[in-house]
Amino acid sequence: MHIPDGFIDAPTSAAAGAVAVGGVAICLKKAADQLDEKRVALAGLTAAFIFAVQMLNFPVASGTSGHLLGGVLAAVLVGPYIGALCVTVVLSVQCLLFADGGLSALGLNVVNMALVTAFGGYVIFLLLRKLLPRTVGGVVASSGIASALGVVLASLVFTIEYAIGGTGGASIATVGGAMVGVHVLIGIGEGVITGLTVSAVLASRPDLVHGARDLYERAPGGSPALVGDAA
Amino acid sequence: MKARVGLGLFLAGGLLVALFLAFVLSPEASSKPDGLNKVAIDKGFSGTAKAHTLEDTPTAGYEVRGVHDGRLSRGLAGLIGVTVTLALTGGLFAVVRRSGRARAGAPPSGGT
Repeated sequence: MHIPDGFIDAPTSAAAGAVAVGGVAICLKKAADQLDEKRVALAGLTAAFIFAVQMLNFPVASGTSGHLLGGVLAAVLVGPYIGALCVTVVLSVQCLLFADGGLSALGLNVVNMALVTAFGGYVIFLLLRKLLPRTVGGVVASSGIASALGVVLASLVFTIEYAIGGTGGASIATVGGAMVGVHVLIGIGEGVITGLTVSAVLASRPDLVHGARDLYERAPGGSPALVGDAA
Repeated sequence: MKARVGLGLFLAGGLLVALFLAFVLSPEASSKPDGLNKVAIDKGFSGTAKAHTLEDTPTAGYEVRGVHDGRLSRGLAGLIGVTVTLALTGGLFAVVRRSGRARAGAPPSGGT
């Protein structure tokens, strides 16, 4: 979903750039209060992992591919503020080193793929956590579904950007319909990858998963105990 | 449901997985246009895309310039990307964390 230079006009791209800078500044401030040594290391790994998986375009219908965006995955693992920063670093590296995603469109891409997914998708994750059982399975299912919906949300935000400053004169309704249609399919891939990854981390280091920290309550003895898990 | 592996082992394992995916698996990835580019082609606005400002960098397009084997070229680009991303994120967050501690009045970690 990396927007190249030219799809969206300069004023709209600049406005998105301002939103992205503001969003990143807020994230940096919040991250400063939340980071401990463990989280610095985990955030680095999260960003590196997302970069790698973003290279793995998987085929979806009719000559089209899709890849992980990773915002919900990052938010579930390290929280939405640090998570959005992880994806922002990935997008910046892709743009500056690999010419993937336009330089003038970097703000648009940070808004759509880092901020919308890490915050919008994470809100969906939190809602699902309330609806689904308070278990490891509930966390995995919530991550998967929220990440899928996060991709669709990002495709809707692109459509809004195209409506404001799109070039090439395509009708907004057809662009929106086509974007949502294909990103529902890509979202399924996103959901599977996110669910599998969260599940793997929960199986080895459950204490590191930000979105599952309510499953632990520090017992009086001091050792973390799992609550509410039927397993 | 306690931590089953040490943090160091977990991080090393995770990094190995990322490097494996980037180096070994990424050359297998689909090269079909992604969702947005397909929509742009189908709806007739793909022609408005401009060439990337940095299209002449040695790793543009996930290909390492001078490496003529396509699979190796992409795999190496993946390794470079994972390494740079890890270094940048680690560096950024180490600095951000230090600024947070300084603001909170805590002594900087590792200081003598």
